Amino acid sequence: MKRFLPSMLIAASMFTQCVAAADLRSPQGDVINAILTSPPNVPPATGRHKPAKVIVKLEVIEKEMPIADGTTYTFWTFGGTVPGSFIRVRQGDTVEFHLMNNPNNKMPHNIDLHGVTGPGGGAASSFTAPGHQSQFTFKALNQGIYVYHCATAPVGMHIGNGMYGLLLVEPPEGLKPVDHEYYVMQGDFYTVGKYREKGHQQFDMQKAIDEKPTYVVFNGSDGALTGDHALAAKTNQTVRLFVGNGGPNLVSSFHVIGEIFDTVRQEGGTVEQHNVQTTLIPSGGAAMVEFHTQVPGSYVLVDHSIFRAFNKGALAILKVAGPEDKSIYSGKEVDSTYLGDSAVSMQPVATAAKAAEAGNLTIPDQVAAGKTLFNGTCSACHQGSGEGLAGVFPPLAKSDYLAKLSPGDLIAIPLNGHTGKLTVNGKDYDSVMPPMSQLNDDEIANILTFVLNSWGNAGGKITKEQVAKVRASTPRPAGAAH
Amino acid sequence: MRDVMLAIVFLPSIAHAGNDYVQVPAGTYRSALKYEEVKDDTRVAAFELMKTPVTNAEFLEFVRAHPEWQRDRIATVYAEKTNYLSHWSAPLELGMAAKPQQPVTQVSWFAASAYCEAQHARLPLWNEWEYVAAADATRRDARDDPAWRESILGWYAKPSTTPVADVGQSPANAYGVQDLHGLIWEWTEDFASMLVTGDDRSQSDANRLKFCGAGSLVTQDRENFAVLMRVAMLSSLEAANSTSNLGFRCARSLTDGGSP
Repeated sequence: MKRFLPSMLIAASMFTQCVAAADLRSPQGDVINAILTSPPNVPPATGRHKPAKVIVKLEVIEKEMPIADGTTYTFWTFGGTVPGSFIRVRQGDTVEFHLMNNPNNKMPHNIDLHGVTGPGGGAASSFTAPGHQSQFTFKALNQGIYVYHCATAPVGMHIGNGMYGLLLVEPPEGLKPVDHEYYVMQGDFYTVGKYREKGHQQFDMQKAIDEKPTYVVFNGSDGALTGDHALAAKTNQTVRLFVGNGGPNLVSSFHVIGEIFDTVRQEGGTVEQHNVQTTLIPSGGAAMVEFHTQVPGSYVLVDHSIFRAFNKGALAILKVAGPEDKSIYSGKEVDSTYLGDSAVSMQPVATAAKAAEAGNLTIPDQVAAGKTLFNGTCSACHQGSGEGLAGVFPPLAKSDYLAKLSPGDLIAIPLNGHTGKLTVNGKDYDSVMPPMSQLNDDEIANILTFVLNSWGNAGGKITKEQVAKVRASTPRPAGAAH
Repeated sequence: MRDVMLAIVFLPSIAHAGNDYVQVPAGTYRSALKYEEVKDDTRVAAFELMKTPVTNAEFLEFVRAHPEWQRDRIATVYAEKTNYLSHWSAPLELGMAAKPQQPVTQVSWFAASAYCEAQHARLPLWNEWEYVAAADATRRDARDDPAWRESILGWYAKPSTTPVADVGQSPANAYGVQDLHGLIWEWTEDFASMLVTGDDRSQSDANRLKFCGAGSLVTQDRENFAVLMRVAMLSSLEAANSTSNLGFRCARSLTDGGSP
């Protein structure tokens, strides 16, 4: 027990550090109109040390926008973007919320803010027909980063069309200042056409029910945060990401390739987790992650359920500019061949090659090298035993067919392949052997020498010069190797 | 029978296409909504339904004859003055933004009901409307066909940034009724029974539609998103409300003397 005490104390002190007492005073000072921002931007810190009355005005707009290059989709949006406008208030603020439903919209909409304490998170009080507006007021009792979303039936379709965003309720003392704050939100989309299929794409209800998204993206479209739209920072800066997941279906394994999160407020809560590689963000959840940039380059934000990143769009870029720090990351220092296990097994081939160069290549050298090459190239069909497969791949062992061939005809088989009927040891075969055009003269000579001296065959020797001669005398299709 | 005969005699004398009524035979259908009191299929009595929605031209005729429904005279409790017929150029003038054969929109439930009453008719009940709207061109109930459901969703998924088409452009369904899908939302007489505030139990049930996940609690046909959307839309409205893509058509009962 005793030895656990210190860590318990540390945990306790961290807890008190993170959770300042909630500020429940009445609104003070002027009424404030909240600044809303489009992703990936985050409004500035409130900078307030007392609760205020804050007015938030959010308009629902149904609009066609690109979901990928050359592909459009009808998104339903809070504020004209996916994710919707970022809302930032301070814990203790009294928020007067106005939801406007654009007159050109077809659907009724509402908003459920996960940071609201009250039935439906505001949904019932904000249910609004097109061309109308609603108002309700809530007190932001709990600090944290919260998802908001539309909760009008069919809810899955409203969310699936992009109706979500983030609400930040700052702690009473504010968040620690950092160099950059960015707003990133993952969502899954279900279209009738395939990923990146051109033209206008419709919502696919069945795919949504089956939870088989066509797109999984950050900030509403394939490539929303890449190229010219990449997030940016300099070296030696602290970056804070507010990362939400609108769903409607998937849970995100959020990871930044090449960075370690120094701090994660998992699920948007107040307990800080440190030194995290990948953090799980539930559908309808959010996290705050912070890291310090040290090494310049492109850092890739992904959902580490990795097919989503490379095949469905869940990929964004953070470009970090600045001087290299070789003490932390060197860049590539060595680039050379590595053969792994095959370095050992290929030894006979190397020995034979060396002997051939020295002019003292023996049949045993060739057989040893040929055996290694045979096992790598020929044994898949002719089998390691040389028995072949009855009726499909002719045997090389005790082969009456091989015994009849001239050296030139024998060499021509691996060199040019063989197509058509032949009879071996009394059995008929009618298969296709492709030319082994990846093998050089040396290798073919060694393989054939190995075959002639194995499995009861008559013995003999094929030289690379013989192979070279046959190769030179055979017309070869243009572009064939060697 | 007498009513039917009368209808046949009367129809040719009515000038505008939208005032044509189609006779809908009695029948049962599986309601997409789950009511506590309903165990089996919902029975719909024979009735008549307008072939197409009421047009701007027809509604103009109505407000001429009944000036209390003009936008400059209507009582505030019956319509939102800022929206009601706001796309017309003047109280008795359609103007450029409202073509005669377009369905009338920006009409409140009160105004729609008054129009039908003046025709000795009424708004269709939700179940009557859904019963007829379940049909495609050849089948009286096409709701199990995923391709048909998908084609209906296509309209719901697009914002109405382009002008509404004229009535009667779409093919008639198996009952001979047109434009139930793909043109506008339509008022139903009992729209208010599936919504909002009040003290009755079915209302509190429907109230759940406003919350996350609630849609699935009251529907039996969870894949029929279009029905859910119609419920949500009607639930979001009050009787004095109007929107730029909400109109109506009238219905007549065949048994209670509702026909002309």
